[in-house]
Amino acid sequence: MMNWVWFVLIGISVVFGIATGHINEVSQASLNGAGNAVALFITLLGSMCLWNGLMKIADACGITKALAAILSPITKRLFPDLAPTSAGMKAVSMNIAANFLGLGNAATPFGLCAMKEMAKHSHEKGVATDSMAMFIVMNTASLQLIPTTIAVIRMKYGSVAPFDILPCVWLSSIVTLVSGILLARIFESRQYRMKRAPATPPG
Amino acid sequence: MSQFGAYVVPVVILAIVLCGIIKKQKVFDLFLSGAKEGISIAVNILPALVGLMMAIEMFKASGALDCIVAALAPVGNALHFPSEIVPLALMRPVSGSGSLSVYEGILRTYGADSYIGRVASVLQGSTETTFYTVAIYYGSVSVSKTRHTLPAALSADFIGFIMSIVSVGLILGH
Repeated sequence: MMNWVWFVLIGISVVFGIATGHINEVSQASLNGAGNAVALFITLLGSMCLWNGLMKIADACGITKALAAILSPITKRLFPDLAPTSAGMKAVSMNIAANFLGLGNAATPFGLCAMKEMAKHSHEKGVATDSMAMFIVMNTASLQLIPTTIAVIRMKYGSVAPFDILPCVWLSSIVTLVSGILLARIFESRQYRMKRAPATPPG
Repeated sequence: MSQFGAYVVPVVILAIVLCGIIKKQKVFDLFLSGAKEGISIAVNILPALVGLMMAIEMFKASGALDCIVAALAPVGNALHFPSEIVPLALMRPVSGSGSLSVYEGILRTYGADSYIGRVASVLQGSTETTFYTVAIYYGSVSVSKTRHTLPAALSADFIGFIMSIVSVGLILGH
């Protein structure tokens, strides 16, 4: 599906770029985008090394195991194919904790680490497992305790009470997260049924 | 409370290293071996990063977003959505930096404490850059068949958009 998303993004850009007379900017943007990706990669490389290194220490002194145990009542239902004390489950737990604390640049390294472990459980190379899909859906609907970035920006634009939206953010993200989880579950079981139906081609 | 962000990173780092020292671990050696693994994970995501950011920068430069917003405006008005935040809702799943500049534009125009400013803040704070997350996470393990991930994630984003309007209306009022 990312193939189509990618194609549609590029297609729309070129067509609208020509139609609105922005084709020079589009041309420039394609090169800039590639360059920006490398700049972002350098930043990510730093946080990836930092948080992976810290995770190794946390692992050696039992923090990740303890965290995985605390979250296990929820995570064992969401990720049934991961063993409770496996490296994958530990990384998933660290990712959830980092998201919750608003450690955005730590959540990604833990998340990618979890993906690497989950890929080991995959039966078919290159195909997402139910756990991978569930994990990514949870990460796209992140639940954050205190959205500090938003508060800082609101303050910059003259908000007198930058945190007055907190209950709204909590309500909204909890509903979004729960619906994401439910939707992932509903869609995965529907796909499972389609796969078993003999007439449907695989997809 | 806005200082929370400044405390949490150093405190978490200290807590982990301190715990390692108490448990008599070779903390720096452990850190180095973990950091080394981090390099290979990071290298794996570079291709996905380049491909995605190229397409997104092109999309932002093409002016397509304004056209799509204009086309959607009648639909939004008919459903009594505040049409001012539609550009943000469309940009949010696509680009982190793009949605941030749209968000700041909304606060500049309508004010941070206005109804529109609050809805935009809740939307920006309670959802994530979906396409980026999907591309990077799957790109890192070379998964191309993402199955139901995008439909589920994008439906959740849409619910997040509705919920940002509903929650602000419910808790803070118009």
